[in-house]
Amino acid sequence: MSTETTVKSVNWRLVEVGRVVLINQGKNAGKLAAIVEIIDYKRALIDGPNVPRQGVTLNHVTLTPHVVANVPRGAGHAAIVKKWESSDIESKWAASSWAKKIARTQRRRELSDFERFQVSVLRKQRAYNVRKAVAKA
Amino acid sequence: MSVLESKWHEAQPAPVPRKTNKVAKAYKARESLVPGAVLILLAGRFRGKRVVLLKILEDNTLLVTGPFKLNGVPLRRVNASYVIGTSTKVNVSSVDVSKFNAAYFARDRSTESKISEEELFGDAKPAERKINDSRIADQKAVDAGLLSEIKKTPLLSQYLATPFSLKKGDRPHQLKF
Repeated sequence: MSTETTVKSVNWRLVEVGRVVLINQGKNAGKLAAIVEIIDYKRALIDGPNVPRQGVTLNHVTLTPHVVANVPRGAGHAAIVKKWESSDIESKWAASSWAKKIARTQRRRELSDFERFQVSVLRKQRAYNVRKAVAKA
Repeated sequence: MSVLESKWHEAQPAPVPRKTNKVAKAYKARESLVPGAVLILLAGRFRGKRVVLLKILEDNTLLVTGPFKLNGVPLRRVNASYVIGTSTKVNVSSVDVSKFNAAYFARDRSTESKISEEELFGDAKPAERKINDSRIADQKAVDAGLLSEIKKTPLLSQYLATPFSLKKGDRPHQLKF
């Protein structure tokens, strides 16, 4: 047994200035914002182009892998919006499978009865094609 | 004509209905129930069937048809309470429904034959019920125009032929139709 241990830096998403969060509760639920300042161990001040500046409980937000680069601590709204755009957060978010999944559930929820039928037909077609391919292989 | 005077004097004046200004509100169908809309029937023999609404009749019932060829629902009156209106629409402007009214669907008691005692208890088989030829012709005339319109939208005829049912995980109060 070797006595040496290797220490790797953790790859957690940190609560840090510039961290983009997804708001899960309240009237801004579903919107993105960036952390501007950490208030205490369970609250942070957030701000963003779509959300008014506000303190939130960290339990009510989810940390995303995206970080707005080079945001000074306690930056003002205009500065945040500017950095937000230069960091290209919106397109990065839209490209993530997380955002796509949210969009898909949203769309599925809005389907009409006829559209639900169309989806079921397409699903059956796909299942048939998959089974055919598997049987061949 | 003179009215005979009563032998007795009324002990109490006859009750007179009180005058009111209230008028029964005219029936107004839900917004989703417009001619051409696809409906889901919820009650009766054809429950679960998807049908096309043709017209709202003067007795506040809905005139619907399957079309008969697709799902077996004939031209029929249904109660609007037992129906879900969907957002899917079929163009029914080419379908002539002017001849259909409440009287068209009223039963003709005079031609209905009574079941005889012999039929009920004996060996004699009851006469086979025949559907009026004019009814069949009307059904075909309505369906012809409707089917050509339905064919224009892919999958719509299969949709109408498939009955509605709730699947696992469907929350009917959250579904949009």
